[in-house]
Amino acid sequence: MLRSCRPLFAAIALAGTFAAVPQMASADVTLLNASYDVARDFYKDYNPLFQKYWKAKTGESVEVKQSHGGSSKQVRAVADGLEADVVTMNQSPDVDFLAEKGLVARDYTKKFPNNASPYTSTMVFIVRRGNPKGIHDWSDLGRSGIQVILPHPKTSGNGRYSYLGAWGYALRQPGGNDKTALEFVGRVLKNAPLFAAGGRDATTTFMQRKLGDVLVSFESEAELIAREFGRGEFEVVYPSQSILAEFPVAIVDRVVDKKGTRRQAQAYLDYLWSKEGQENAAQNYQRPRDPEVLKKYAAQFPAIRTFTVDEVFGSWSKAFAAHFRDGGSFDQIYQVK
Amino acid sequence: MSVAAARHVLPGFRLGMGYTILYLSLIVLLPLAAMVFKSTELTAAQFWAIASGERALASLRITFGASLLAAMINAVFGVLTAWVLVRYPFPGKRFVDALVDLPFALPTAVAGITLATLYAGNGWIGRYLEPLGVKVAFTPLGIVVALTFIGLPFVVRTLQPVIEDIEPELEEAAATLGATRWQTFARVLFPAMLPALLTGFTLALSRAIGEYGSVIFIAGNMPLISEITPLLIVSKLEQYDVAGATALAVVMLVISFVLLLAVNGLQWRLANSRRAGARA
Repeated sequence: MLRSCRPLFAAIALAGTFAAVPQMASADVTLLNASYDVARDFYKDYNPLFQKYWKAKTGESVEVKQSHGGSSKQVRAVADGLEADVVTMNQSPDVDFLAEKGLVARDYTKKFPNNASPYTSTMVFIVRRGNPKGIHDWSDLGRSGIQVILPHPKTSGNGRYSYLGAWGYALRQPGGNDKTALEFVGRVLKNAPLFAAGGRDATTTFMQRKLGDVLVSFESEAELIAREFGRGEFEVVYPSQSILAEFPVAIVDRVVDKKGTRRQAQAYLDYLWSKEGQENAAQNYQRPRDPEVLKKYAAQFPAIRTFTVDEVFGSWSKAFAAHFRDGGSFDQIYQVK
Repeated sequence: MSVAAARHVLPGFRLGMGYTILYLSLIVLLPLAAMVFKSTELTAAQFWAIASGERALASLRITFGASLLAAMINAVFGVLTAWVLVRYPFPGKRFVDALVDLPFALPTAVAGITLATLYAGNGWIGRYLEPLGVKVAFTPLGIVVALTFIGLPFVVRTLQPVIEDIEPELEEAAATLGATRWQTFARVLFPAMLPALLTGFTLALSRAIGEYGSVIFIAGNMPLISEITPLLIVSKLEQYDVAGATALAVVMLVISFVLLLAVNGLQWRLANSRRAGARA
């Protein structure tokens, strides 16, 4: 009996050694950044920049772990106890949720410059080569005979920005009001043969399955499409005006206070606004906030008139309640008469 | 006979039963109870408003309709596949046999994206169907295709051992007694397969009802037309409306439970009538 137990002890001892090794080799401080899905490339490039900067400044080595996923799933995980020091999201409703739960400061948008969004993007149109259907502005998306590809506005951030972009455009036309906007967005949605499961699925549907005449997507996505499918395959059309997508970042107070990592977390997010951080944003096709960096990459970011969610809808939570909650404008469009 | 039945060969009935109940409670009952409990945050009127909304009803129709249809298709072709795999030797049989399990192993999102690409207007299959006026991808038909794909192994795998047990002598005996081929199938083989077929059908059906990953990529997700209930649940979660999501989940659970109960009842009656037939 005793003899048969011996391998077991050995195994446990061995497992113990292995478990201890990574801990010894690990950095002085470890930060966890909970982020949205497509920010993977951005932070893969950004984290080494920050580590170098922080090491040079303080001599401390910081390890940054990344967790990526659908942004509202990420936020729910943080609320349920995922120990993320910082959250970097693609829409404020997600961070608002954490603020309501008391994990993040209520005035988190004031804790960093530019509404706590280190970079922005905007919704643009991607059309077939030569723009055969002559699509130049949002109004063309409501024309009959045009097929519009976009993700489901109720389940994806990308879809929500597309929806609010169309709504804001209609509202800002001469004589525009909620009624004309509802009618216009209704026409655009009638032109959608399907709602893709997410941003990337919409891209695949448009580029690979060759469905639809126009894809509504983030400006940054256009570059990824070019890398993936070749530059000659499509054209990017900038509408007369579009919605500004902001990407809020925040420190998760409850976690950093417990782990004692506030200083590092603060520096990690602050550094996003540094020249290096802003350059990294531009290289990942997100519009930098720094005017000089923006100028340097001007060829990549044509000037476009934008409106923010706050300007047109009051706030994200108001926009959310009016359009995407049950009984909101999206549901009204699909109500059986 | 009755003495043998009462005295079990292996001891430990109480311990075994205890573990079974504990295990079932932890793994099945507790999460379901938590879900039902969460939905009680809503008043009865709120619950009813969510459950009987236009889009909720449409999604329930499409979810259960497509699942039933897919399970039926699998019941027919699953019998055929299982029969061929058991009864006929052919080159590459092992390979084909292993192929049947693939829908089990493939991540559902991969399955959904692959099927959508195949059946889209320019896909390998879609390009031949589209001129005929048959659209599969991004229509309710696409949902049926995806659910058929994920459900196939359930029917085949439950039927295979049963068909292996049906001796070929039975068919020969039926033939010597003057049965036609159809009669042999309908009166001898099919009744022997039926209980396992029902089990496989039920498994495929339950799996299809809860399926999300593969369906959303091929469904098109249009409200009132091709939105499945799991998608509505996810979209409620996206609004941080957990109680509303659980309300829909509870509705699905109740319908599924009634369906499963009905199939089990059918099976039970079948077993009883056979026993009665055997005694007669």
